[in-house]
Amino acid sequence: MLSPEQVVDASFLEARHMLLEIAALLDRYDAAVARGGEAGSPVAVAKLAALRQALGALREPAPPQDRTVALLELFAQV
Amino acid sequence: MQIIQPHYHAIARTAQDYERMAMSGVVAVAEPAFWAGFDRLYPETFLDYFRQISEFEPTRAAQYGIRHFSWVAVNPKEAENPVLTREVLAHFPEFFAKPTVLGVGETGLHKSTKNECESLEAHVEIAMKHGQLVLIHTPHLGDKAHGTRRVLEVLAGMNIDRERVWIDHVEEQTIKPCLDAGYWVGFTLYPITKCSPKRAVDMLEKYGTGRILVNSSADWGPSDPFTLQECILEFRRRGHTLQEAIEVFHNNPCRFLGQNPKFDIKPIRVEMAEEEPACR
Repeated sequence: MLSPEQVVDASFLEARHMLLEIAALLDRYDAAVARGGEAGSPVAVAKLAALRQALGALREPAPPQDRTVALLELFAQV
Repeated sequence: MQIIQPHYHAIARTAQDYERMAMSGVVAVAEPAFWAGFDRLYPETFLDYFRQISEFEPTRAAQYGIRHFSWVAVNPKEAENPVLTREVLAHFPEFFAKPTVLGVGETGLHKSTKNECESLEAHVEIAMKHGQLVLIHTPHLGDKAHGTRRVLEVLAGMNIDRERVWIDHVEEQTIKPCLDAGYWVGFTLYPITKCSPKRAVDMLEKYGTGRILVNSSADWGPSDPFTLQECILEFRRRGHTLQEAIEVFHNNPCRFLGQNPKFDIKPIRVEMAEEEPACR
């Protein structure tokens, strides 16, 4: 089993990479909306809302259930 | 599609890379001098390394139909030994005379120390004196923005032709000042720690394709030369034409590297062939 420090050290760069990809996705979406003037289909808007809700859920310091479970249940709705 | 890999550390890779790159359309690679994973102690170690990338590596690449070019430099991580740096720099002209050496690189900054800045300045000076191209490494991760600013400050005080200088490893927070100052810039695609293929395409769409080189800088660390092909796929998947892809991934390297006449691969254009009657 890993120590708390090992958990962070082993995965920090990978997590940084994944967060940058999400940041780039949101920037890409904003640029597309600016070009086309529309937010996209209702399904696309719902998916984006789920991503934003997931990002918000990750900020909770002590969530009532595992974050992974919460996000899987959230994404199952879209 | 024909592709040029403008930043690739071949000596750290196996021949399988060359074979797979050739099968995917890569026609040329350019190999900057790199850090060996430890600090070298002797000038002769650098000189043998430069011989390896300027004499031997072109023969290895040629077995797969790939042209191999190279650059010489003392890596920024080794610039804390100014005596060693000066001794190695004194030998650069011997390598500038080699038929496949394109210039000085990758010089640049790692921690942006005084010695590193002086080494960068000395590298750029000798390149300009001998009419060579320059490839500049910018720091990784946390030092990226500060180190890139320092690179621009060092260069701003020098008499240089900015179109002959390529500032590499730019990302979203550093691309604009480098382009605005008139330099070429490079996106380096790494699986985790540098730019990703999708982010590179985002920047191409935001800033246009002029004076931009895309590379995967595959070396002995976690890296993959085929992140370049992933980027091409992403670029095409977003609806950019084949010719637009060729402009970025083949013709731009030709335009920058071709400023040194040793790099004689020319930009290409795709045209529909005239229908001809079948042979009887």
